[in-house]
Amino acid sequence: MPTAAAGAPMSDSELPGRLPRAARPVYLNLIAIRQPVPAIVSILHRLSGALLFLVGIPLLLWAVQQSLASPDAYAALRASLAHPIAKLLLLGLVWAYLHHFCAGIRYLLLDLHIGTELTPSRQSSYAVLIVSLALTAIIGARLW
Amino acid sequence: MVTRVIVGAHYGWKDWLAQRATAVIMALYTLLLLGIALYGGGIDYASWTALFAHPAFRIATLLFGLALFWHAWIGMRDIWMDYIKPAGLRLVLEVLTVIVLVGYAAWLVEVLWRPGQ
Repeated sequence: MPTAAAGAPMSDSELPGRLPRAARPVYLNLIAIRQPVPAIVSILHRLSGALLFLVGIPLLLWAVQQSLASPDAYAALRASLAHPIAKLLLLGLVWAYLHHFCAGIRYLLLDLHIGTELTPSRQSSYAVLIVSLALTAIIGARLW
Repeated sequence: MVTRVIVGAHYGWKDWLAQRATAVIMALYTLLLLGIALYGGGIDYASWTALFAHPAFRIATLLFGLALFWHAWIGMRDIWMDYIKPAGLRLVLEVLTVIVLVGYAAWLVEVLWRPGQ
């Protein structure tokens, strides 16, 4: 709609390959926006953190308590963690910990002004996703 | 003359710093535990209980736990602040988070210093 450009600032309508301001879609729906990789790493950092708080910490406390109680309790814990569903849950929590760990290291480096440019920050985001998934896969392979 | 700072509550930068300091403590503990497990060639009941019989390891674990609970408080509060708009509900969730975290801390103390150890 060329007439819409009339109301838009001149600088916008003159830029080649750009829609005039009024014709540009405005997406405030987070699902509809195609998120850049650093944003995906960021939201997974939150999700994994919340998961660790709600499920990871109580499960860890319970497991350590059982493991130290007696040789029988230790053996019983190992047996109950050997169940496929328990292994799956454990694997999910291992991923949450590893992702949170790797993404956290990335944030610490960004705080030290390391890798703040666009390209390295994208690369480090991919690295966080890949390293945490790869380590989860290695641990998963050892679990099964 | 009264010096007044009129921009914000100023807990933000302290929390920002605490989040990073606690993260470093937890990362170091993680590497320590991983190193112990790999050095010992795996963990069984005997080596596991021997590890927790060591006071230094129990104290290190308590420090890890306290760092974890403090870290979780800041993180969960940030999540509630970002996504829960009604102030009353947010307050309830924040209070519940504190109660749960203090409960976790007490539980950890009980696990580490159970009677007879």
